[in-house]
Amino acid sequence: MVSDNVIVRVRDMSFYRGERAIYDEVNIDIPQGKITAIMGPSGTGKTTLLRLIGGQLRPDAGVIEVAGKNIARMSRKELFAVRSRMGMLFQSGALFSDLSVFENVAFPLRVHTQLPEDMISDLVLLKLQAVGLRGAAELMPAELSGGMARRVALARAIALDPDIVMYDEPFAGQDPIAMGVVVQLISKLNKALGHTAIIVSHDIQETFSIADYVYVVADGQVLARGTPEELQATDQMQVKQFIQGLPDGPVPFHYPAMSVAEQFS
Amino acid sequence: MLDWVAGVGRSTLNIFTVLGRSGLTMYQALVAVPDWRVQFPLLVRQLYFVGVLSVIIIVVSALFIGMVLGLQGYTILVDYGSEQAVGQMVALTLTRELAPVVAALLFAGRAGSALTAEIGLMKATEQLASMEMIGVDPLRRIIAPRFWAGFISLPVLVAIFNVVGIWGGSLVSVDWLGVDSGSFWANMQNSVDFADDVINGMIKAVVFGAVVTWIAVFQGYDLVPTSEGISKATTRTVVYSSLAVLGLDFVLTALMFGDF
Ligand SMILES: Nc1ncnc2c1ncn2[C@@H]1O[C@H](COP(=O)(O)OP(=O)(O)OP(=O)(O)O)[C@@H](O)[C@H]1O
Ligand SMILES: [Mg+2]
Repeated sequence: MVSDNVIVRVRDMSFYRGERAIYDEVNIDIPQGKITAIMGPSGTGKTTLLRLIGGQLRPDAGVIEVAGKNIARMSRKELFAVRSRMGMLFQSGALFSDLSVFENVAFPLRVHTQLPEDMISDLVLLKLQAVGLRGAAELMPAELSGGMARRVALARAIALDPDIVMYDEPFAGQDPIAMGVVVQLISKLNKALGHTAIIVSHDIQETFSIADYVYVVADGQVLARGTPEELQATDQMQVKQFIQGLPDGPVPFHYPAMSVAEQFS
Repeated sequence: MLDWVAGVGRSTLNIFTVLGRSGLTMYQALVAVPDWRVQFPLLVRQLYFVGVLSVIIIVVSALFIGMVLGLQGYTILVDYGSEQAVGQMVALTLTRELAPVVAALLFAGRAGSALTAEIGLMKATEQLASMEMIGVDPLRRIIAPRFWAGFISLPVLVAIFNVVGIWGGSLVSVDWLGVDSGSFWANMQNSVDFADDVINGMIKAVVFGAVVTWIAVFQGYDLVPTSEGISKATTRTVVYSSLAVLGLDFVLTALMFGDF
């Protein structure tokens, strides 16, 4: 267990979608100033966990504390204040379709700071430069490719230099060069500015190369936790299967269903 | 029988749940001290999309309705030799009833459905969620300016409808069918009472504007974020707004013009 400063503390948290427990009394600690990765099969609830931490969903039981405060108990005002110090990269990018790339990245700056226009412009172009898209500043989101849109969303998520950044699949849809850039960027932000990073990703290699700590979640439980080295050395079958990407093993690849024989008879 | 009672009870409960939720949503969106530096440009932008872009359809419809009223009024009144009264008939019909009701119905179809679809798509593409995570309340930023824009636009559109409609009526009856211009306008001026007719019509417009836009933005905000959800919500906006407008029109007319 990581013992130093914990910025996000999840205790005995349960969350249900209908009858199905997405989380069943899980405990997760996100250490401050570190990069923590959340991994697990598709559809287990990684995105859901980020939304719970961001206060967009409320747990059905248990507590989620961000910087020592229960996020589900906050007033709307407190919640928005806390969120101004969080950044979140959405899985779909979620750029504002009526604003240009530049205005999308400028949005958090305009809302939360009183900076003069030329300074906002400098900051925005700097962030876009960091993701390799300074030249795309005047494009509209509809004119971007999927990978580009996600990098713009990344620039927007870090525009305010937030204390906690949640990245939902930051590497998905990136070519090898862009992927390398994004990996470097996340790592650099963490080292230089001390951001706490929470990464949800399926790219084991890239994630393990920068993560300080990894949680593997499946079936509403934390399956394994530890440093990337510890997880790679694990002899827990499920974790091994997941990390090595084998379709057969204790982790089911298929969504629960009747047997194939039954279905096609 | 028991099932039927239970069904009625359940739908009644559902109706009140939705009313409560939408009321609460609008309360959170609208009851706050606005930050004009932020809100004003957003409002102007929405006034353009919701109001200005609806002017064409309002003007064209008003013209035709005014012309039809002029024509029908003339053919009826000329039998009694009182075709000069056509001005009064056109003006009263428009200001009291047709302008607010028809404009509101057109507004629901043209602007209301667009609002629902736009907000719904923002929800489906997680734009509302990402705005929340940036620390901006979409109720204030997205819903509020759209609501106020609709609330302000419809009365203005109704005023335009009145003017254009009356002009259309005069076009047909005076310029085409030869009713005496002087008596056409004089009759109108004598019979139309500003407080009773024009103001009451405007009160209807204000109520319809609030109700139609409320339905439109709430349907968009509350929908199931899928393409099917968006199409259903858009249809609901038009159906509910139309029914609400027609129903409220009867209530308001009874209150304003009923003798009891
Ligand atoms: N709005 C919703 N209503 C009902 N069920 C939902 C909803 N959103 C997600 N779910 C369910 O919750 C589960 C977890 O979803 P989530 O998006 O968190 O998965 P994930 O771990 O992020 O998957 P992926 O790696 O594919 O992004 C899914 O099985 C999904 O079916
Ligand atoms: Mg996900």
